[in-house]
Amino acid sequence: MKLVPWLCVFAWALPVLAQDRPLAFVGARILPIAAPAIDDGVLVIEKGRIVAVGARASTVLPANTERVDVVGKTLMPGLVDTHSHVGGGWGADASAPIQPSVRMLDAVDCRDSGLQRAQAGGITTLNVMSGSGHLLSGQTIYLKNRDVGTIEELCYRFADGSPMGGMKMANGTNSQQEPPFPGTRGKSAALVREAFVAAEEYRRKLAAAGDDASKRPPRDLANEALVEVLEGKRIVHHHTHRHDDVLTVLRLAKEFGFRVVLHHVSDAWKVADEIVAAKASCSLIVVDTPGGKLEAMDVDARSASELEKRGARELVAFHTDDWITDGRLFLRMAALAVRAGLSRETALAGLTLNPARMLDLGDRVGSLERGKDADFIVLDGDPLSVYTRVEQTWVAGEKVFDYANPQDRLWAEGGWGAGQARGGALCCLGEEEVR
Amino acid sequence: MSALICLGARACGVFVLAASVIAQDLAVFGKRVHTVSGAVIENGVVLVKGGKIVALGPMTELEPPIGMRTLTADVVTPGLIDAHCVIGLAGYLNQPQDQDQHDPAAPIQPELRALDAYNARERLIEWVREFGVTTIHTGHAPLALISGDTLIAKTRGDTVDEAVLVPRAMVAATLGSDSRAEGKGKSPGTAGKQLALLREALIGADEHRRTLAAAGDDATKRPDRDLRKEALVDVLEGRVPLLVTAHRHQDISSALRLAREFGFKLVLDGAAEAYVVLDELSAAHVPVIAHPPMARFVEDLQNASRTTPKQLFDAKIPFAFQSGYESYVPKTRVVLYEAAIAAAHGLGRDAALRAITLDAARVLGIDARVGSLEVGKDADFALYDGDPFEYTTHCVATVIDGVVVFAGLR
Repeated sequence: MKLVPWLCVFAWALPVLAQDRPLAFVGARILPIAAPAIDDGVLVIEKGRIVAVGARASTVLPANTERVDVVGKTLMPGLVDTHSHVGGGWGADASAPIQPSVRMLDAVDCRDSGLQRAQAGGITTLNVMSGSGHLLSGQTIYLKNRDVGTIEELCYRFADGSPMGGMKMANGTNSQQEPPFPGTRGKSAALVREAFVAAEEYRRKLAAAGDDASKRPPRDLANEALVEVLEGKRIVHHHTHRHDDVLTVLRLAKEFGFRVVLHHVSDAWKVADEIVAAKASCSLIVVDTPGGKLEAMDVDARSASELEKRGARELVAFHTDDWITDGRLFLRMAALAVRAGLSRETALAGLTLNPARMLDLGDRVGSLERGKDADFIVLDGDPLSVYTRVEQTWVAGEKVFDYANPQDRLWAEGGWGAGQARGGALCCLGEEEVR
Repeated sequence: MSALICLGARACGVFVLAASVIAQDLAVFGKRVHTVSGAVIENGVVLVKGGKIVALGPMTELEPPIGMRTLTADVVTPGLIDAHCVIGLAGYLNQPQDQDQHDPAAPIQPELRALDAYNARERLIEWVREFGVTTIHTGHAPLALISGDTLIAKTRGDTVDEAVLVPRAMVAATLGSDSRAEGKGKSPGTAGKQLALLREALIGADEHRRTLAAAGDDATKRPDRDLRKEALVDVLEGRVPLLVTAHRHQDISSALRLAREFGFKLVLDGAAEAYVVLDELSAAHVPVIAHPPMARFVEDLQNASRTTPKQLFDAKIPFAFQSGYESYVPKTRVVLYEAAIAAAHGLGRDAALRAITLDAARVLGIDARVGSLEVGKDADFALYDGDPFEYTTHCVATVIDGVVVFAGLR
């Protein structure tokens, strides 16, 4: 791709600038998710935010608005992936089964081609996590899928300005290994309880010390992170498959009062009543076949519809578990759940607003509503059809993926060089972008 | 999708399932009957007797005999063919006791027979059957230089003998990362060594063949029997093709070079970078069993493209689809799902359907029996409540040799 050198310098020097003039996407079928579909709709964005969504006939465009004709297209919110391993990062190492101080912030390659493929699949927000080979493998990171050069620029932020994320935990067979890892399910739960009890003690000492620095316990990164979990700032994202393991997670969450999203939940259909009674959010995976590991032998695409049948549609989300499934196929997963009986409405909410809420980002992303981030995708047809293509992906008012662009198409379809990490623009040595 | 027709198929299915082990005379109705070998028949019917197709045509012209059992769906296609998988050898639990697709003792073991390893009661066979897959080419995995042989089976039967269509279909070889050994003293560690070992083995088999021929009927002059060499003699004499899994363009070229040197029948498998050697492939008249379009784009597949099937099609290179080999989750892919992705990436519905039916049958050499709806062919069907490739369409029934082996809503 040719770039004019000065423009290149400009783009490099400044963070991505969202358009400063209102931009109106006119004539599409709009799926706002939080409201009924609009057949002939308008989406207006400005400075990275949504300023209006509505029917064309009744939406007044601000003065100075630039119009984009999207007649025949479908617009919906950018997809939110609650469970991804893109970025090639490893969190915890093999030294211990519980490592709360480890941060994915320090491990993710923000130029990894997996992030580009996720853009090509319409994913605009991701929870990037370490693996499930530990009871607790570290702090996850919530990313805004922009084309930037540093991980800090990708991070969502907590109110205090620190990078936002949850805590990855797992039970079942993946985390059962040779010592010092647990060898049984009972031991797994005991180790987790010990860690949380210690964190409770730490929190109590902190509270007792109050403002008196001399009385504070020594700083302890692991306990500090677990205190964030105990206080609800950090949501636990818990890998769990088998029905009894699912119930163990619910039991521990109740004992220590932490907030939890259940991930994978292969046996959700077996314990749907208990999940719904606990109001436990489920980030589900739909795979093409059962098995591959013992605890996924009964995984069933009907889990989502079983939760929906019990009136708990807001508890349903999906995730790619990229690389288990590919970010370009996220829409497909929801469609397979529809094939297995889920309503279309819940399927689409399960890719957008529901997972956004599971990341505490429901007020910022996940639906097309005034005031929310301008994260959306342009499709050439029904989101649940195999023949539909993601044509464009927009993040915070910036177009980050365009199928019409040959470089972007490479991420979407594959081809020579598609697996390599994204480069930058190497300035001032010529006009060639270096990949 | 028509809810009524779908319900009809389900109700009928429940009825049929009660006694479905024996082939019965059947009339299969479809709003669209894809014969694949000929035109689509709108509002068509296919008549089955003794497990074979005996007649087909529009309902207006063909009246099924009174009392014949019927199946009805929106769409009827030939039973699908998965042109390469490891189903039946690699079990769904993924535990040591159900993994028989690869023995790591030696890099070259063509004497390992899929026939001796196929578990006809494996759950994944039933699983893919419920998506309309009626024939699979399966066997030893693409994890060794030569991992063993393959067989072709119908996805029914309680024993391998009941299931098998071709007991020894191909010998499975693999180039590239997946057959490379790591560590001191291990071989093959490089691409050059891989080819050297293969050439040595084939030359050894060739010598064996010559000695055998020279001995003629004189038993005293015959060399000792050697299962390994005998298996490769089958390849050299063209009785079974060598299936070579190769993804990188240089590995594909190596496979072609090897085939030229020894004159065996080559079937190229995987072929992620086929699109950069299309001319060479085309000139060699080598069929391709393309990698699953949803395969992970890592390692040897890092340059893989979802448009490769379209490019093979445009270059008129015969090709089929496979569910391939998976080491983890999902334990197998579903060839219908894979063809759907290619259909949506430029290949189109018709060519994609051909590639999992008639074209696959041709690549496997079984097109006289299966792959299209024609009089005299096996009564293998897949029935759907809409476009088979759509994510939200269901397979509503599967028929093999006139036996309804699945009826439901998958």
